[in-house]
Amino acid sequence: MKPRVAVVTFPGSLDDADAMRAVTLMGGEPVSAWHADGDVLDADAVVLPGGFSYGDYLRAGAIARFAPVMDAVSAFARAGGFVLGICNGFQILCEAGLLPGALIRNRSLTFLCRWIHVRTENPSARFSISSGREILQLPIKHGEGQFVASPDALDRIEGDGLVALRYCAPDGTLDDRYNPNGSLHGIAAVRSPEGNVLGMMPHPEHAVDPDLGPTGGHQIFQWLFSSAGVAMLAATGA
Amino acid sequence: MRFRFDVLVSLKDGLLDPQGKAVQQALPVLGWDNVTDVRVGKYIDLVVDADDSGIALDQVRDMADRFLANPVIEEVQIELRKEASG
Repeated sequence: MKPRVAVVTFPGSLDDADAMRAVTLMGGEPVSAWHADGDVLDADAVVLPGGFSYGDYLRAGAIARFAPVMDAVSAFARAGGFVLGICNGFQILCEAGLLPGALIRNRSLTFLCRWIHVRTENPSARFSISSGREILQLPIKHGEGQFVASPDALDRIEGDGLVALRYCAPDGTLDDRYNPNGSLHGIAAVRSPEGNVLGMMPHPEHAVDPDLGPTGGHQIFQWLFSSAGVAMLAATGA
Repeated sequence: MRFRFDVLVSLKDGLLDPQGKAVQQALPVLGWDNVTDVRVGKYIDLVVDADDSGIALDQVRDMADRFLANPVIEEVQIELRKEASG
């Protein structure tokens, strides 16, 4: 059965169409959810796509988190549903308190648009992205992607194994020269303690079509589909 | 009554403020070489209708905690500027 994936469109979302296309290419069934509707359409998983929801006014994600659809997304996540937030979607999840930390202006103060490498972390965590260490090539395109948290929160994020991806050199070594935006500990993605909410700054939806370049996004969508499938089976007692 | 508030939002002290740093680095170029710290924040001007200033201030504090600032990264100063006319 194809996983049914709701992709939320906010005013100012940009990557919703690419996310829908990526879901289709990866073998899922995308459905479009609208910010003003308090509904995630019986989806098996939810994607909050990149863009500049509500113009990034006040702070990136600060206004989107109050959109009616976010009540449904929060309830879905609290019930164990799988939610993937990409770029602006990650910022929204942090603002909504579904993920720890926050994203501030890149340390370079410039908008960054380029391919980077990340490596998967904490492979033994429940619902980890991969069971071993993988290096993925993905694009970033953001002005506010520097992940920060208070020292206590950062200790908890590391101690509880909530780091899902870290920026790295092409061979997987950690080196601040390959940390594009100054994120603390090179953090590119974090997960919730239960493992069902994942936020990431790189864009997997732009890296799924081999005709267009690297396909580091496959691993992320496979994670979303397979994890959502496991959760579905558990819920139905099958 | 109407009350006017200045809400000042800035990044917490422990956090690197990239904008403040960029401004600080530019100042010596312009001849000011004695600036030891710069933080860049946001200024929000609010006019609130309420029965008294205490009620209005409580409401603005709540707005700041839940929406105007992100407590993970920012701190807030709230000042009652004056009673707005009308």
